[in-house]
Amino acid sequence: MATRTLPVKRTGKAGSTVFLKTLMAVTGIIFVLFVLAHMYGNLKLFFGEQSFNDYSEGLRTLGEPELPRHGLLTILEIILGVSVVLHIYSAIALWKRAQHARPVRYTVKKRVAASISSKWMRWGGVFLALFIVWHLLEFTLVRINVGSGGQVAGITQNPYELVVHSFQVWWLTVIYLVAMVALFMHLNHGIWSASQTLGWTSTPSARVKAKAIALVVALVVSIGFAICPFFVLVGVIS
Amino acid sequence: MNLTLKIWRQDGPNDAGALVTYPISDVSEDMSFLEMLDVLNEQLILDGKEPVAFDSDCREGICGMCSLMINGMAHGPEVTTTCQLHMRSFKDGDEITIEPWRAEAFPLVKDLIVDRSSFDRIIQAGGYISVNTGAAPEAHSVPVSKPAADRAFNTATCIGCGACVAACPNASAMLFMGAKVTHLGELPQGQPERDARVIKMINEHDAEGFGGCTNIGECAAACPKEIPLDVISQLNHDFRKAKHAH
Repeated sequence: MATRTLPVKRTGKAGSTVFLKTLMAVTGIIFVLFVLAHMYGNLKLFFGEQSFNDYSEGLRTLGEPELPRHGLLTILEIILGVSVVLHIYSAIALWKRAQHARPVRYTVKKRVAASISSKWMRWGGVFLALFIVWHLLEFTLVRINVGSGGQVAGITQNPYELVVHSFQVWWLTVIYLVAMVALFMHLNHGIWSASQTLGWTSTPSARVKAKAIALVVALVVSIGFAICPFFVLVGVIS
Repeated sequence: MNLTLKIWRQDGPNDAGALVTYPISDVSEDMSFLEMLDVLNEQLILDGKEPVAFDSDCREGICGMCSLMINGMAHGPEVTTTCQLHMRSFKDGDEITIEPWRAEAFPLVKDLIVDRSSFDRIIQAGGYISVNTGAAPEAHSVPVSKPAADRAFNTATCIGCGACVAACPNASAMLFMGAKVTHLGELPQGQPERDARVIKMINEHDAEGFGGCTNIGECAAACPKEIPLDVISQLNHDFRKAKHAH
């Protein structure tokens, strides 16, 4: 029988790099489900003011009468908030580890297999975090008003008007379109990476499928989001 | 052909290192990369200079001793080990930058030599099966399915050279561990220690100072034995399912 020649330095699973990756993957999947639902809701802009505002009101009354007004929405917001914290925490912890793991850099280093999406994962993530803060200040907390609509229509009164007036400002639409490119890249690598981390891609065919699903979901979400501000800017939605 | 080599020179672990330029002429395209370095070293010795220290052993691509980051690619531009890389992969007039593997867990010893014993300690932590020694058992007494045998063989081809770590943007050794965990996990003999193996290996990996995997795929592209990325998924899968560490 083999006798132990070395003490095991640490036991247990929590705190390991793979645990941190799992945390990142699970919270990431929560975000994927959220952006899919959010994107679907945004498309109601194309069905007119009444439809979009009814949907917006519907979110606040979700779960009524069993739950109070804004009840289920608050629960979902808490889940998303906790997920953001865990996602960023694991990202920073792994980023730091990666820097410690290679203290001396290569003078020449070629990247053979890395996709553009994977190269931008960390800085793209930082950009998305900043974008989300801006987005919440603008449309959830309504602290930043861009365009003429913001001053007259709070989001609770007329969200449709707020959205349309905001995106008639060209530079705001540009910021959002750039953010959607960042979101596409983050999802494209993130969904595949999460599948791999959760151990769902242990065969070559599963790997191909996971990469295809990641690409399709990333395209659907980013294009679905992007067409709303774009069509407001060009005047199709007004 | 005539080449310009830029080689990392460093006297010892705690000394400062730098790239030093060496012109080399009349290199045959039939030489292996290491033979080309042998020629350079003979010239350096004749000139009374310190030869370039680099690792090599079998020189037939099976031992995993040779390393070298060649123009930013682990083992150079071909999918093979440095010893099996030939000078026909380069052109006359090329400038070739040669650096050691760079990782906290692979401390530099001298010039292009790094200490890869962290890999040995990962294997010692869990990359084995426990059997009684004595007469070898009859090979067919434990049936193994063809697909399982194939996958076990394919992943057992890992020679532990460390190219995966060298190429990884995070200096992670997940492909190396994934190969071993998949190899033993596919076989009946690997089952009793399967849970403990993956936990102990990852603990040791983290303690050695390797980075975390971001599933970019540089490791699999650099691997001279073409170990595929799905072994990392297998490793993550086994880790998630593992219940006990003993």
